[in-house]
Amino acid sequence: MQAEEKLTYETWPAAPERATLEAKNKFLGFWLFLGGETVLFSSLFATYLALKDKVPDTSQPLAKDLFELPLTLVATMLLLTSSLTSVYAMYHMKNFAFKKMMLWLGVTVLLGLGFLGLEVYEFNMYVHEGHKFTSSAFGSAFYSLVGFHGAHVTFGLGWILALMIRNYKRGLNLYNAPKFYVASLYWHFIDVVWVFIFTVVYLMGMVG
Amino acid sequence: MTNQPLSSNRSRVDLEYRRKTNAEEMRYQIVSFTLMIFLTLLAFAAVAIKGFTSWFTIPFIVLLAAVQVVFQLYYFMHMSHKGHEAPSMFLFTGLFMGLIIVLAFMTIIWW
Repeated sequence: MQAEEKLTYETWPAAPERATLEAKNKFLGFWLFLGGETVLFSSLFATYLALKDKVPDTSQPLAKDLFELPLTLVATMLLLTSSLTSVYAMYHMKNFAFKKMMLWLGVTVLLGLGFLGLEVYEFNMYVHEGHKFTSSAFGSAFYSLVGFHGAHVTFGLGWILALMIRNYKRGLNLYNAPKFYVASLYWHFIDVVWVFIFTVVYLMGMVG
Repeated sequence: MTNQPLSSNRSRVDLEYRRKTNAEEMRYQIVSFTLMIFLTLLAFAAVAIKGFTSWFTIPFIVLLAAVQVVFQLYYFMHMSHKGHEAPSMFLFTGLFMGLIIVLAFMTIIWW
């Protein structure tokens, strides 16, 4: 099967994300990258857990003073739903429905932007409460971990948008289907990391 | 690599079957999404209700997160499908290393 071949619904393979050699390599390489990302985020989580609430004096806010349940819940729901919409996009990709795939990817991007907006608002609020990157070890560890996740969200949005714009007039083929698939894997991985962030940073922070 | 010309001889039945399996998988995805939302709400509720001690709440919400991530990996990221042996190895090696790092940082630094 050639990557550039013009395909139809009838000739579209069952697993387009792994139909060509390039796709297989991409798939394997990307999972290796995700294994590395797991180690990276684990280190940031470990740093955060070790430095949580380590502030120089009592004027600095602690985790339990900062975090608010409703804001975190809304952000979580946005990101979790965006994970489902990207699953929808890949469902349509497997059925060779290009327009529907693009529609659901668009919804995913919008939800991701909503999440990012909330994060900017939240960080801005914390800075005004005296919780800054340079104000304490707690601050540095917090912004490194959550900020790194936010940077991943930003990168993921740019990635998906770039794929959508680049392939807008091209339609689906075996050259770009693996690219869309890998981008959606990345998006899910961002959600996996967020599940641990909302649990370990926000919920455990509020428990004390 | 398999290079057979698959276009001409694939039957309608085949396509119909594939469409159905895809649709069925999508139903599983929705079920797992519903469960994930439920687990998230449960974790938030456990924190919002002030009655529990942190000795109960913390292990409980970490367990809920672990379950949710399994859904995410095996359903949303298709790790339950065939041909995910190498991805599983990569991911679990990463996870193993990660847990050791967390353990080390939490014990060595402040003890």
